[in-house]
Amino acid sequence: MKQHKNQFMDIARRLNESRPATLGAIIILLLCLMAVFAPQLSPNNPNTACLDDRLISPFTVSEYPLGTDHLGRCVLSRLLYGARISLMVGIIVVGISGAIGITLGIVSGYYGGVIDAVIMRFVDATLSFPSIFLAVTIAGLLGRGLPSVIIALIVVDWTAYARISRGSVLSLKEKEFVESARSLGASDRYIMIRHILPNIIGPVIVIGTLGMAYVILSAASLSFLGFGPQPPTPEWGAMLNAGRMYMRTEPHLTIIPGLAIMVMVLAFNLLGDGLRDILDPRKTVIE
Amino acid sequence: MLDYILKRILQLIPALLLVSVASFSIIYFAPGDPAETLLTGPDGAVNPKSVEEFRIKMGLDKPLHIQYLIWLNNVLHGDLGYSYRTEKPVFDHITTSFGATFKLAVVSLIISLIISIPLGIISAIKHNSALDISCMVGASLGVSMPNFWLGLLLMLLFGIYLDWLPVAGYGTSGDLEHIILPALTLGTGSAAVTARLMRSSMLEVLGQDYILTARAKGVPEYMVIGKHALKNALIPFVTMVGLNFGYLLNGSVVVETIFGWPGIGRLIVDSINMRDYIMVQGCMVFVALLFVTVNLVVDISYRYLDPRIRYETT
Amino acid sequence: MSLLEIIDLKTHFPTPNGLVKAVDTIDMKVEKKETFGLIGETGCGKSVLGHSIMRLIQSEIVMDGRIIYKGKNLLEKSEAEMRNIRGEEIAMILQNPTTSLNPVLKVGEQIAEAIRLHQHLNRKDAKQKAIEMLDAVRIPSSSQRSDEYPHEFSGGMKQRVMIAMGLACDPALIIADEPTKGLDVTIKIQIVELMKEITAPKAMLLITHDLGVAAEMCDRIALMYAGELVEYASVIEMFGNPLHPYTRGFLDSLPVKGLVPIPGMSPSLIDLPVGCRFHPRCNHVMEICRQKHPEMTEVKDGHFVRCFHASS
Repeated sequence: MKQHKNQFMDIARRLNESRPATLGAIIILLLCLMAVFAPQLSPNNPNTACLDDRLISPFTVSEYPLGTDHLGRCVLSRLLYGARISLMVGIIVVGISGAIGITLGIVSGYYGGVIDAVIMRFVDATLSFPSIFLAVTIAGLLGRGLPSVIIALIVVDWTAYARISRGSVLSLKEKEFVESARSLGASDRYIMIRHILPNIIGPVIVIGTLGMAYVILSAASLSFLGFGPQPPTPEWGAMLNAGRMYMRTEPHLTIIPGLAIMVMVLAFNLLGDGLRDILDPRKTVIE
Repeated sequence: MLDYILKRILQLIPALLLVSVASFSIIYFAPGDPAETLLTGPDGAVNPKSVEEFRIKMGLDKPLHIQYLIWLNNVLHGDLGYSYRTEKPVFDHITTSFGATFKLAVVSLIISLIISIPLGIISAIKHNSALDISCMVGASLGVSMPNFWLGLLLMLLFGIYLDWLPVAGYGTSGDLEHIILPALTLGTGSAAVTARLMRSSMLEVLGQDYILTARAKGVPEYMVIGKHALKNALIPFVTMVGLNFGYLLNGSVVVETIFGWPGIGRLIVDSINMRDYIMVQGCMVFVALLFVTVNLVVDISYRYLDPRIRYETT
Repeated sequence: MSLLEIIDLKTHFPTPNGLVKAVDTIDMKVEKKETFGLIGETGCGKSVLGHSIMRLIQSEIVMDGRIIYKGKNLLEKSEAEMRNIRGEEIAMILQNPTTSLNPVLKVGEQIAEAIRLHQHLNRKDAKQKAIEMLDAVRIPSSSQRSDEYPHEFSGGMKQRVMIAMGLACDPALIIADEPTKGLDVTIKIQIVELMKEITAPKAMLLITHDLGVAAEMCDRIALMYAGELVEYASVIEMFGNPLHPYTRGFLDSLPVKGLVPIPGMSPSLIDLPVGCRFHPRCNHVMEICRQKHPEMTEVKDGHFVRCFHASS
């Protein structure tokens, strides 16, 4: 355990040296704070429509710092609550697809043979579809709403974790400590959990972080197309879509949510890239 | 080389079977009975008899596995069914739409490569310079930017404020005016991805020993870059184009919708919205086959182009 | 006048951890037609010395001193002038032929390129000359093989190609960096024989850690440790009468002498010991060694050593 703690401190220190990665981490922290404290930070209720106050421009009125949308709802408040949704979707999708993917990947790599072949064919089949097409179809079939988006993205995303886990297992399987564990009588499940899993953490964290970026972006795209949470839920992609009609006169309804999406995605990308530079060269990078 | 190709194709077959089963089942996961959905009048009334006729006509009354085999047989003969909405062959709709997407993809690809390849190369040569850093920052932004946002911003700038370009539509079968904004949107997005790849490829090559050998022979720097380095750095070029293709295909879903471009991306979104699930199914089959083929071709070309891999016996 | 005279050469690399003094005050001379061996363990700076002479190092370095080749200081020449010298006057046979040959260019082309650049022959003549070079290094079916790619050659063959590339423009000085590293014993012998014959009329700076090869090929040998030379003499003197404790230890670590290792580790090039750089590992260490840095002194005719113990 102490070794893990030292490794963690070492990684944190090296991360600190990379400017983009630090920037990414700071932005993520700020966004998380924004999301968690949305109720405290929002000047208004994000769902309250006030038809007298429709389409106010940003920075003009102190009551609505970022203006209002076509139904008179406060853009800033919706932005803050929207951060919750984006982050939540990201975490849930990455968490579940990661769990599924890692499990299937480890099992596939460890046991090999028919199990491996079958699982890999499912991976290939999933990857045969361009991801957005697959996501859009699944989300469309399941009906509108956040759960559909989440499920759709889980189906699209799990393969990355499966592949990387399998690759790690394949390279670790031959190493001595697995042999010695087995000769001491450890069960397969024990070996997989106690020995293999900790070695996978590195690449998985990298993929998970970059995966957050991808999922948040894709979820916003799906919502933009109308497949996600329905009004009045303040999802950033949906907000952008709603603001489209008023683009000519109230461009802020289009610019602001998009900017928010970009910043959040950028932060995860920066952090993920930084982590990749630190973690991957030290471990064997597997196909 | 040949046996590698065969091996890959053989490996694909089980996956493709799964793909076909998945595509086939789209109809069955669809909410509601398709016949009822289509035949429900504006007042909510539906005639059970016409529903039953429709179901028989569309073959929806036979057992599942029979339907699958019939369907598979049809697909392999190029028959993807008839659209619920227009009652015209799905295949025709798809080919027309794909034509539009293809046009858009080609122009976007050209824009993407013109931007990314030189920038990637120069960034690598002038490693860590101001140019390099700003390119990398730009690339990070490009990768993180939602393409629908970029598209709308471009629309805002060029279509509305500057009023230089039309905001949407196909014009006379995809003329320059109408193609440029969506192509720019897609192109700059994929340029961000490609530029980073090109840069890392070039950086890796420039760090190799044989570059030092070339300099030790007294080869002038422009030749070191142009002849010794580039030939090696561009080996992943085919892979880059392949990746771009995937990006462009995915991006088309949103970009075509915003710009009203009648391509396959917009087709599938519209079809889902209008519950034309036969069309959705057809699109998915088509797009999957296309995607798989392109990836296979890219993989094989890459192996062919790299002289080291070409001669490997494995 | 010596063909190559290095005076007070320093090559330092600034790094976040400190200044790496890879080459720290080297003085040496290489005469025409002589083979001068530069021996040392990995990491002592000998490759850096080779690269420094050719001014091939691209990263940020601090270089000081003089490198006098045929009377002119190479450090004062422009990059364009250096490019003319590289390959034509001074040629380097780089380490590791597997990674030092461009995988996407044909072997013949890689040799012909140098010929076209320096001797201004047209493509056809240069290609012919390249084939002749392949003959000279004893590669069979040379005209066929010149159209092949590096990965189609074995390790020993690739090393011959590197030699051919180095000699193609008839340079006066060759710097050979570990030409036998990683080769089988039988191949090694062949390469040594080939090199002895083909470089006879030329001056050569042979950089190696292989004492056997050095003994076979060199007229004089210098031993490098922690960025500086600690002893140099003729081959006979060096092997027959080694004076520096490090030299003796180095020779003792040979398999034939009993594989006796030198205790301790070579120092970091950032944090060099005060006084004599070898003193922490030396079993003849005296008080003065810990405090003063010894200078290179001529103990016998042509035999130089940097050691208080040896020169007393």
